[in-house]
Amino acid sequence: MEGMNSVKTRKSFGQIRMESFFKRSLITIALLMVVLVLAIMLTLLVHSMPTIKSLGFKFLWGKTWDPISDVYGGYPFLIGTLLTSFIALFISMPFAFAIAIFLGEYKPTGWLSNLLKNTVELIAAVPSVIYGFWGLIVLVPLVQELETKVGILPYGIGIFTASIVLAIMIIPYSASLGREMIRMVPAQLKEGAYSLGATRWEVIKTVVLPYTKSGLFAGTLLALGRALGETMAVTMVIGNSNMLPTSIFGPGNTMASVIANEFTEADHTLYLSALIELGLFLFLVTVIINVIGKRIIKKVTKE
Amino acid sequence: MFKKSIQKLAIAMLATVTMAAATANAQGDRTLLGAGSTFIYPLYSKQFSEYNKKTGLQVNYQSIGSGGGILQLTNKTVDFGASDGPLNEEQTKKMGAPVLHIPMASGAVVITYNLPGNNNLINLTPDIIADIFLGKITKWNDPRIISLNKGVSIPAFPILVAHRSDGSGTTAIFTNYLSKVSPEWAKRVGAGGAVNWPVGLGGKGNEGVSGIVKQTPGAIGYVELIYALQNKMDYAKVRNKKGSFIIPSLASVTAASNVALPADSKIFLTDTDAKDGYPISGFTWAIIYKEQDYNARSAARAKEVVDLLWWTIHEGQKFATPLNYAPLSKQALAVAEKILKSATYKGKPIIK
Repeated sequence: MEGMNSVKTRKSFGQIRMESFFKRSLITIALLMVVLVLAIMLTLLVHSMPTIKSLGFKFLWGKTWDPISDVYGGYPFLIGTLLTSFIALFISMPFAFAIAIFLGEYKPTGWLSNLLKNTVELIAAVPSVIYGFWGLIVLVPLVQELETKVGILPYGIGIFTASIVLAIMIIPYSASLGREMIRMVPAQLKEGAYSLGATRWEVIKTVVLPYTKSGLFAGTLLALGRALGETMAVTMVIGNSNMLPTSIFGPGNTMASVIANEFTEADHTLYLSALIELGLFLFLVTVIINVIGKRIIKKVTKE
Repeated sequence: MFKKSIQKLAIAMLATVTMAAATANAQGDRTLLGAGSTFIYPLYSKQFSEYNKKTGLQVNYQSIGSGGGILQLTNKTVDFGASDGPLNEEQTKKMGAPVLHIPMASGAVVITYNLPGNNNLINLTPDIIADIFLGKITKWNDPRIISLNKGVSIPAFPILVAHRSDGSGTTAIFTNYLSKVSPEWAKRVGAGGAVNWPVGLGGKGNEGVSGIVKQTPGAIGYVELIYALQNKMDYAKVRNKKGSFIIPSLASVTAASNVALPADSKIFLTDTDAKDGYPISGFTWAIIYKEQDYNARSAARAKEVVDLLWWTIHEGQKFATPLNYAPLSKQALAVAEKILKSATYKGKPIIK
């Protein structure tokens, strides 16, 4: 008896060592990510000190962006970023949810399902510059036609076009996560509902969607984050006007797009610093939106 | 077999050079490093490959943009920088030591437009161009444009201004020109690689601007001459200081630099005094330290740099025209020679 016990103990010591080693590595790696993010924020903060000192909070509310006279206001770009991202999100949501429900509930397996799944995932793999080109060549003339019919100046490029391009780019993020969530709904729940005489639509409405709403929302949040930071595709179709957008068909600019456009040739300290502060600003906006999103998820799950 | 292995070796060496680009003087003296202007990159790659055939010297040029080239020279990680604009005050201060600007070729900015049904080059004057880009002229059938272009059918389209959204030497030349010809522009907007445009849409790069212009009837924008020539775009004749309407071409751009130039060549050629010169043109420069003895560089390496640049402004110029660059004018060449001769190693001239 005693012998057996000691063998068991020795083995568990080994196991314990392995356990603690594994746990420690996990913590180290996870903490490294936190350190990395903090370091990025710190770097941005240090390098944006010149403009923070000279402009202060005017940077957040200023409407003029003029590198020649060193006046920098990020407000028009904040509005441009939020407008394009949220319009894109609203356009993409019906498509993303439809794909998620179809693949998760109606056709989880089979060749059609695989084809659809791979196609959606491919959307995420296409480089954003390709979307920019596509937008410029295909979408812009279509939007121009639409604008002519509506009776506004047919620029073709602007906030609206950028939002459509963004919407297509972010569909896979919410669709893929949504599909996984819907497939994870326990079969017992659904079968229970069916046995009570529910139709498929009723099962989706009363069982699947309530069960997965936090997951679907998380996917939407992920897609929104992608839209906020997208640079290349947006810059090619948004019109890059540094003024406050006057309508959703008008030109505008986003924070990421301004940084990408002007960073390489920013030829004096204050200018460079203003672009870096814009990066910091975008970083903070993303953090704030994520925090709000997490709050909503928490609330939704509690209900 | 032998040839192939040499090729492989060359590729391997090139890769090593690229990776180790951090310290220029760690390289052998047979490889020079340069960085900067994307505008001059096609000309440089032709010139450097010809020079390599002749002398065996390898030049590794990274076309990362003028700003990046200046930064790399400031950090002394390259032998020469290349810029489409002269260094500004802050950049000069950061260099820490005097630098030389050696003109390499000229480029020009052309006004391109989309007027369906019009096959003639239209005439534009400096004040009209400025007022269009200031947003004061908003229709193509403005009386001032019509009276300049008698016999040309100009439709009554609204004008859509297209400009560069990225910081660029093209914008610097164009806005410098507008500041010279329009006091209002100088006061309201100013000159620089990126400015606060009063009106219009921004496109990224020459292709972005030309994309907007091509897709929108009534649009007007500005692009590099080379880009316009290669893409067969319409461009306007512009009235110069002496009163003649000049078609932008390599000859008229070269002519623009055939005027009295300052000894350091650091000027924008815009609004030239030359009678047959196109008014919206500018130099592109190679930039080196005046004193070549820094970072423990060898005298041989310093001589390689100066010899290379000497060759590009002489024999190398013949590759300019076929690639649509305007070669240096007589006056510009004379100034460039003098500047190169002022380069020193330990205080002594490198070439005489």
